[in-house]
Amino acid sequence: MRRGSRWFTALMISPTLLALALVVLYPLVAAARESMYVRGEGLDADGFVVEGERFVGLAHYAELVGERFLNALANTTVFTVVTVSLETVLGVAMALVMHNVLRGRGLVRASILIPWAVPTAISGLMWRWVFQADGVANAVIGEKILWTTEGVQAKLAVVIADTWKTAPFVGLLVLAGLQIIPTMVYEAAKVDGASAWQTFWRITLPLVRPALVVAVLFRILDALAMFDLPFVMIGRGKLSVETLSALVWDEATQLRYGSAAAYGIVLISYVAVVVFVFVRLLGADLLADARSRKRTA
Amino acid sequence: MKRALGAGLVVVYCLAPFYWMVVSSLRRTGDIFSTTPWPSPPSLENYTAVFSGHSDFGRALLNSLIVSAGTTALTLILGICCAYALARLTFRGKNLVLGLIMGTSMFPGALLIVPLLKLFTELGWINTYHAMIVPSMSFALPLAVWTLTAFFRQMPHELEQAATIDGCTRWGAFRRVILPIAAPGVFTTAILAFFATWNEFMIALTMISKADMQTATVRVAQFGGASDFDTPFGTQMAAGVVVTIPLVILVLVFQKRIVAGLTSGALK
Repeated sequence: MRRGSRWFTALMISPTLLALALVVLYPLVAAARESMYVRGEGLDADGFVVEGERFVGLAHYAELVGERFLNALANTTVFTVVTVSLETVLGVAMALVMHNVLRGRGLVRASILIPWAVPTAISGLMWRWVFQADGVANAVIGEKILWTTEGVQAKLAVVIADTWKTAPFVGLLVLAGLQIIPTMVYEAAKVDGASAWQTFWRITLPLVRPALVVAVLFRILDALAMFDLPFVMIGRGKLSVETLSALVWDEATQLRYGSAAAYGIVLISYVAVVVFVFVRLLGADLLADARSRKRTA
Repeated sequence: MKRALGAGLVVVYCLAPFYWMVVSSLRRTGDIFSTTPWPSPPSLENYTAVFSGHSDFGRALLNSLIVSAGTTALTLILGICCAYALARLTFRGKNLVLGLIMGTSMFPGALLIVPLLKLFTELGWINTYHAMIVPSMSFALPLAVWTLTAFFRQMPHELEQAATIDGCTRWGAFRRVILPIAAPGVFTTAILAFFATWNEFMIALTMISKADMQTATVRVAQFGGASDFDTPFGTQMAAGVVVTIPLVILVLVFQKRIVAGLTSGALK
């Protein structure tokens, strides 16, 4: 019986683990190895031409710290900090609005799903059109800004497009968090004479925090890996919006696998550090949740 | 009044850019830079251009459908079994397995591209459907396990006991009792996985070099004129609408399920 149950469990989970080992673990290990090799022809110590891969140790990482890498690192960081902050504020605001909607709830919910449903590549194309020199954005503000050309305005355009698409997603997750707060709590606050502002900061926000933390974590992971939007909206290899993912992709498609892998390893280390710090600072609930789950399971 | 205003703002925020894409797609090429709030006169010429001759956009849509359906099916088969074990069986190292699977969803797609591009080149997989389906599991599978585990947890614990007492094996209890009840959750997960794969861009862009194997999202992004100055914006917008419309219909029909699926993992 006991053995049978163990076999059954193993059979149920091993296909998934195998698949993930193939598509995630293998690439990770292979990339780590790749980052220490160089491809193509070279001269060995005795002056002979050698073909194929050559071990270069950490040389790729040493070459990493060039202007282009630092630029991509800065872009990734700026995009993540700015878009996630904007999306959090807007998302919470949207959730509060939706929570209090009396009529047309279905319409609001359907429209909030639209930006989420539009594929990022399509949204990039759409915003590229909106931000054309003769486009509707310039017509509305009455300026002649070349949004989709290199420069700080291109960064701003990408931030706007990303925020449009993902703030509603944050809103949805926060709304779900709001809906499980018992109305009793608000009634008690009212009886105690709390102002709307106090109620928000002292009651709503702390109680909705678990949902908000998860939403923000999802957003951070996505923003750190940003690729499609700047690629489609502004273009390939545009330095003012080039992210780390775009840099990795560009190097890989130029067949410079070694440095592409090194950039990729740096990117995932960056993601890991950010997630670690985030969970340490804000995610006490996440861990507590996992522990309580273990007990009830 | 204030409430209605807030709701109105949210609706406008979400729909205005999308509305602009639809309106622009319905303009004639000559009016494309017009800024009237509706097309006058409306025209379908951009849509005919999308599906005409050399662009072969129908093929790109079919490719997207094959890759998305293939990934969704494969992901569900693997994910259902795994999520069932994680949600309803007791075994040592369960949290470790759960943590590992969730951890893989952290991985930036760009990192996977480098070794997989090399591997698939050696295997001769470039320009095939499986070169897109297999890597897509890296994001679809954790998503499916995460969502399905939340659904399986909500089901009453006595189900398997009752089935075992009635003489079912473990597998029988899973297949005959649990799976039919879990159908709504499985369906929701299928929609989410399908959306995620349909929207995928980087893998399809990297693994495919032949135009007739490209998926719709990649093809749309490469609809272009010879230079930046004669970009066929109307055609691009029409193609964008065509790619998005199936998703919009799914959203309108299944909005409650989608919201439940998106939020289930985040709250449990």
